Amino acid sequence: MCDTCGCNITSGNEHFLQEGGKLAQTESGREAVEVLQGLLHENDHQASHNRDHFDHHQVLAINLMSSPGSGKTSLLEATIEALNGELRVGVVEGDLETENDANRIRQKGVPAHQISTGSACHLDAHMVHDALHHMALEPLDILFIENVGNLVCPASFDLGHHRNITLLSVTEGDDKPAKYPVIFRAANLMLLTKVDLLPYLEEFDPARAEHYLRHLSNPAEVISLSAKDGTGLEPWIEWLRSELSHYREALTAGSTLHPAIAPEGAVQHQHNHEGHQHHNHNQSETR
Amino acid sequence: MHELSVCQSILSQVETVAEENSATTVSLIHLQIGPLSGVEVPLLKNAWTIARADTLASEAELEIEEMPITIRCSQCGQVSRAKVNRMICGQCGEWRTQLISGDEMLLRSIELEK
Ligand SMILES: Nc1nc2c(ncn2[C@@H]2O[C@H](COP(=O)(O)OP(=O)(O)OP(=O)(O)O)[C@@H](O)[C@H]2O)c(=O)[nH]1
Ligand SMILES: [Mg+2]
Ligand SMILES: [Zn+2]
Ligand SMILES: [Zn+2]
Repeated sequence: MCDTCGCNITSGNEHFLQEGGKLAQTESGREAVEVLQGLLHENDHQASHNRDHFDHHQVLAINLMSSPGSGKTSLLEATIEALNGELRVGVVEGDLETENDANRIRQKGVPAHQISTGSACHLDAHMVHDALHHMALEPLDILFIENVGNLVCPASFDLGHHRNITLLSVTEGDDKPAKYPVIFRAANLMLLTKVDLLPYLEEFDPARAEHYLRHLSNPAEVISLSAKDGTGLEPWIEWLRSELSHYREALTAGSTLHPAIAPEGAVQHQHNHEGHQHHNHNQSETR
Repeated sequence: MHELSVCQSILSQVETVAEENSATTVSLIHLQIGPLSGVEVPLLKNAWTIARADTLASEAELEIEEMPITIRCSQCGQVSRAKVNRMICGQCGEWRTQLISGDEMLLRSIELEK
């Protein structure tokens, strides 16, 4: 735990500590202990160590989130083809069951590791860390992490990645950002997928989807694309190139990138780990 | 349903604090949760009754302080309340706002008995 590294104290809660120290006696004679830690403290901690690991190998890690079947794996397949070796990518696949998605990626000649989450409806930082033992990061520029198809749970778990992408396929309805604000608020990029189907879906208005995204106060870029007919792939690849160069600049400057909305705990760790490098937990990556 | 994972994470933190303070029982756990945290309070309360069984906190009550969404406008500076899917300035309607409160997911304090 990080009681000594101070990573649980933020500007929002430090006054509680000043109000009377860590221990206080309640009326009933019980002992009240101020904790002031993120509810997912251990996950956030693991995530920040994952991020150190990515940064050590200079691999941009991108978390893909969407409902089941919005086209995450198809996008990755099309991306691998479009890149045609320009960038070296690897993929970690998260699904409740089956190796299917990892197999689809391997067929494109790219390394992939499948995480079967069993009953867990999201990936967490520990699962991703385990997966990293099965993936060589050195040869990669970008690691895509395809999260479990779910518009709710994945948003709460920092994986140590650098960028969040939320996909919305045009068959799902353009009001999804208003209905699932947490996951769309976390997006660094919103991808409208399967736009080859737009002619059949008059009720889907890309401008309205973007309007709902802005109402979450999210300035993220929106790109419309189709993995099927290749529409929009060029701006998407350009986005990847540009994020990769931002990332490398950040590393050169001794910093890193964090996803649009990092859970509170991750922000605390970011502050802490960037603030003073040598705080005392010995869980550092030794592989 | 990630609320069970959240409960397990709370429990492991609570057990560490209880051990550090040589406590035998945890009687109350105080959380702060905002609507933008992605944690649903009713689901969390439900999951809690399952997760706490056979732990130091098997009797512990979960006290949840629900935090409001508060934003600051980047244009006019106004601080206002907002809804999860309408985080625009209450004064001028600007959508570029900064979140001040509303995404909390915090274990604030614990009451222990020795
Ligand atoms: N018309 C059309 N269909 C698409 C497109 N992209 C994906 N699909 C179809 O949508 C279905 C789901 O695609 P996947 O890529 O497996 O979706 P996913 O998000 O990876 O699904 P999960 O991993 O199960 O959540 C498949 O039948 C795809 O062929 C597209 O651009 N256009
Ligand atoms: Mg898939
Ligand atoms: Zn720490
Ligand atoms: Zn304003």
